Amino acid sequence: MTDNISIIGSNKSKNAVEKSMNIIFFVCGLAAVVCVICMTVYMIISGWPAIAKIGVFRFLFGQVWSPENSEFGIFPMILASFIATFSAIFLALPVGVLVAVFLAKLTPKRVSAPFRTLIDLLAGIPSVVYGLLGAILIVPLIFKLQTAAGLPQGGSLLAAVIILVIMILPTIISVSETAIRAVPKQYEDASLALGSTKLQSIFRATVPAAKSGIVAGMVLGVGRAIGEAMAVMMVAGNAAIMPEFLKPVRLLTASIPIEWAYSSGLHREALYGIGLVLFIFIMIINISLNTVLKKGGELRG
Amino acid sequence: MSEIKIHTKNLDLYYGDVYALKKVGMDIYRHNVTALIGPSGCGKSTYLKTLNRMNDTVAGVKITGDVFLDGEDVYGKGVDVTILRKKIGMVFQSPNPFPMSIYDNVTYGPRMHGVKKRIVLDEIVEKSLQDAAIWDEVKDRLKKPALSLSGGQQQRLCIARALATQPEVLLMDEPTSALDPISTTKIEELVSQLKRKYSIVIVTHNMQQAARISDYTAFFLLGELIENKKTQAIFSAPKDSRTEDYITGRFG
Ligand SMILES: Nc1ncnc2c1ncn2[C@@H]1O[C@H](COP(=O)(O)OP(=O)(O)O)[C@@H](O)[C@H]1O
Ligand SMILES: [Mg+2]
Repeated sequence: MTDNISIIGSNKSKNAVEKSMNIIFFVCGLAAVVCVICMTVYMIISGWPAIAKIGVFRFLFGQVWSPENSEFGIFPMILASFIATFSAIFLALPVGVLVAVFLAKLTPKRVSAPFRTLIDLLAGIPSVVYGLLGAILIVPLIFKLQTAAGLPQGGSLLAAVIILVIMILPTIISVSETAIRAVPKQYEDASLALGSTKLQSIFRATVPAAKSGIVAGMVLGVGRAIGEAMAVMMVAGNAAIMPEFLKPVRLLTASIPIEWAYSSGLHREALYGIGLVLFIFIMIINISLNTVLKKGGELRG
Repeated sequence: MSEIKIHTKNLDLYYGDVYALKKVGMDIYRHNVTALIGPSGCGKSTYLKTLNRMNDTVAGVKITGDVFLDGEDVYGKGVDVTILRKKIGMVFQSPNPFPMSIYDNVTYGPRMHGVKKRIVLDEIVEKSLQDAAIWDEVKDRLKKPALSLSGGQQQRLCIARALATQPEVLLMDEPTSALDPISTTKIEELVSQLKRKYSIVIVTHNMQQAARISDYTAFFLLGELIENKKTQAIFSAPKDSRTEDYITGRFG
């Protein structure tokens, strides 16, 4: 009878598997942490000397970037990167959330499912393709505006913003839609039962409840926008001057690939410095948005 | 006999092929508590949701028959369901406050119906929370998240939220089934208080609860209304043998 089976076992092989799996996971985790630490240290070691030589203030706030004349001020590029990133998010977030609401709440599955596949596909297209489309389609469209404003035709901040919007939209839509779908239907029901319309219920009950997911989509969008070099390089015109929407601008990211090949000495070190600045910006943005997210999470108890 | 608040006649409801309500005819009396009892799946929630048309949101539902609220056809032409649902509040089985502050939960309905003035909203909040017997427990933390309350408090908050739109009828679908005995007692006492101002329909699985708090009891079985009578009468002298079997615990 099974009643007499002893609970004392000799599962040596089981234990061995458990132990070795633990070790494997630990090593993998460690490798990831070590990589991040090494990268950080390397970025600082290679980026700092140039910044120190040029002077922190002159590097960050200098308005002239002219390596031939040993002028290494990156302020116009910092400004351009910020303006481009935040304009793109500012435009893409409302549009993305509306599309996500539409897909998650207002269309039947047979419509939203193929849409969803398409959007995930868009998120995976290499950025150089977006750059190409931008150079062929968007830049010429802006020519008219530039002529009207009496400016020379060419790449512009506006073109960069539009390309970034198009590039980050799929991410924002996809993440927001998932978040909206994950909100329990009970909130919508409670709202309807209080006499709200369907749309009121979606926007006042469901979407706020999906807030943290939507913010996560925004974080990813910001990360992608601020880090994007290739597509932006192809449409922005790349002049390192103070940014204006219809004039060419150069973003922080684009400077590195543009000048890498022919740079040397302090010039090359300054490019490392730009890398460090980008690295720090992305860290700051991620950490601050994550703290905001955590606070939001606590609010929900 | 009291005044009739809601009158249903020949009410048939299909969920696709499922025949969920069969020719239900019953009256709900003003300022009384009507309890709906019956085994799981007999159509109690479905009946409740036909009264405030929450079944409208279910795909493939088909409803025929009549529901009258104060003599007006609930399914008639030109009915604005948002006004209907403002008049008929609902409390759900598991507490479902919004993930917002206590204050914002209570003002959700009134805001939706166009109340904007801060003073008015403040008044509504205090009044509703008092009526739901939870004011003393939360008055110092109205800005705290509703989800930080206990389950019983959350359910009373949901009652307050429903009262905030100044309804005339309150539908409650097993409001205590997810709560502990002390919270249950509080809600039962509350229901007995509220019937002075509201007409209440409450679904319950608990026979003692029905006997304790209701004036009328309706027994449902397989989508049919078997009996709807004064609670005392139905518990002391059920007419139908199936009702007797159910309330004496022989099935269900
Ligand atoms: N949304 C729905 N779609 C299809 N069938 C449903 C739906 N809701 C309830 N039903 C069916 O209708 C019947 C009555 O359900 P319900 O009113 O929830 O019963 P009760 O509340 O008495 O337990 C059950 O057979 C149930 O399976
Ligand atoms: Mg039910």
